[in-house]
Amino acid sequence: MSTLDVVTTGRVRRSRARLLAALGIAVGVVAAFAISLMVGHTFYGPGEVLRVVLGETVPGASFTVGELRLPRAVLALLVGGALGMAGVTFQTMLHNALASPDIIGVSAGASAAAVFAIVVLHLDQGLVSLFAVVAALATALAIYVLSYQDGVAGTRLILIGIGIAAMLHSVVSYLLAGAAAWDLPAAMRWMIGSVNDAEWSTLAPLAIAVLVLGPVLVSQAGNLRLLQFGDDAAAALGVRVERTRVISILAAVGLIAFATAAAGPVAFVAFLAGPIAARIVPAGGSLIVPAGLVGALLVLGADLVGQWAFDARYPVGVITGACGAPYLVYLLVRTNRSGGSL
Amino acid sequence: MTLDDSSRAHSLSAHGVTLGYGDRTVVEGLDLAVPAGEITVIVGANACGKSTLLRSLARLLTPSEGRIVLDGKELHERPTKEVARVLGLLPQSPIAPEGIVVGDLVARGRSPHQRMLTRWSREDDAAVAEALDLTDTASLADRSVDELSGGQRQRVWIAMALAQRTDILLLDEPTTFLDIAHQVEVLDLLTDLNRTRATTIVMVLHDLNLAARYADRLVAMCRGRMLADGAPQDVLTAELVEEVFGMRSQVTPDPVSGKPMVLPIGRHHARVPAATA
Repeated sequence: MSTLDVVTTGRVRRSRARLLAALGIAVGVVAAFAISLMVGHTFYGPGEVLRVVLGETVPGASFTVGELRLPRAVLALLVGGALGMAGVTFQTMLHNALASPDIIGVSAGASAAAVFAIVVLHLDQGLVSLFAVVAALATALAIYVLSYQDGVAGTRLILIGIGIAAMLHSVVSYLLAGAAAWDLPAAMRWMIGSVNDAEWSTLAPLAIAVLVLGPVLVSQAGNLRLLQFGDDAAAALGVRVERTRVISILAAVGLIAFATAAAGPVAFVAFLAGPIAARIVPAGGSLIVPAGLVGALLVLGADLVGQWAFDARYPVGVITGACGAPYLVYLLVRTNRSGGSL
Repeated sequence: MTLDDSSRAHSLSAHGVTLGYGDRTVVEGLDLAVPAGEITVIVGANACGKSTLLRSLARLLTPSEGRIVLDGKELHERPTKEVARVLGLLPQSPIAPEGIVVGDLVARGRSPHQRMLTRWSREDDAAVAEALDLTDTASLADRSVDELSGGQRQRVWIAMALAQRTDILLLDEPTTFLDIAHQVEVLDLLTDLNRTRATTIVMVLHDLNLAARYADRLVAMCRGRMLADGAPQDVLTAELVEEVFGMRSQVTPDPVSGKPMVLPIGRHHARVPAATA
């Protein structure tokens, strides 16, 4: 076999394997979405669900599926997709799994701003989202500036980000403590994230953000893939490094902010989606779309588990948090053992 | 004539460039004309500005003063991608993403030749195959980069730069972390490339003797300035070594190649006790 044949067959085989893996995750997302629509206090079969989705009026199902379950499932899908894509963008760009926006405080910034906008300013969803976007950008900028010292080192940025996240979490707690009229579920949403009480109006801004910013991130996928080699190697391969970084960060921060404004800081989804996608999809391609799919699957799956697996109902963030925390510990233990820094 | 016209020798030169990071000036008022089709090796003590100069030649660093000119046009005014089709760079320590397979890594060298929506072409595969053959890494094509030895890994990175098919290749210490056998192997490979395809090569090397052996032209730098520029046999003298490295040495013809060879004197082991300077 000539080298050319080796190269061609290897390339085709690997890209097919990556595509299959991504399709596999996509099938999982579709299944989880369908189950979310069917399962509940009353079970509706696929036929009934499909008729409701297509706009027919089905007694009982139209309200339960169309008004309650569908917006909830769509919100879970969008939140997961947005967090997954944004998370893996940060992790890729900073060469570190710990550098995900929910660990380094970007999500916490969006969350604190959203709580402030709702509790103190009593704004509606569109303005809340806008507020969250500005705050998330400001937080990202603050972390960047504070960790800048002859360039940005990943470790310093992560540690400063963790500190800022802790501060912002206490801001959220403070605001919620002062909001006497707020009930516990609403507080939970801003502490840990929830897709309860999903409505079309609250998820509309997020839907637009995913439709606009998702493709923007995907357009940068090739450049981000080259940035993994390091800035110099990427630039030598024709990547406009600064431009790629600015576009990707803005799009990722935007996705985080809109997702957080709609469902709160759903714990650890941004952090987990990329590494899980990397385990499933063979190396060599872009992880942005696979991570988005894994994120969607995580939120849909965790919401199903939180709703129906226990006697009590838990918001989705409790489940993702319970899954994410051990992984965080594992990562820290592993880096500690190998003697490396963060 | 466009930049992509590969039949033509490209000219790359620096004119009075001052380079630095922030307020720190590393290289000051330096002139260098890279001779087309030759191997230029830059040597100098640590932190003398060698890598900085190389980075600026690769368009990674804009000079604060002076100009870097590629084919008569200022380098920084050219689009990154266009430059990347003429000029390749292998940085000192590129990072291999976890789990990436050799074939995929080398294929990234084709990036500057691709547009967003064009499909991977037959020519791209051919360039990758050729790069693997030239670097003797075809048998590794399906292996993960993580599993390779240091020497194999370096050859794979060079293969990626070769797949880029540029007429000028810049390399920042391509032999670091390699044992002596692999160092010679890499330098022989680069010489092959230079002889068979007239690739212009500019590299930074640490080892003076290997530099003297493989360079058509030796550039010695000290504290951001160029002290010598010429054929190794013309410029490499004990005085130059002392000036650049602050070390006493004896320079004698290398019995293998006839090129100059630097023998450090040091404080011990000299047969005739070194006179105190």
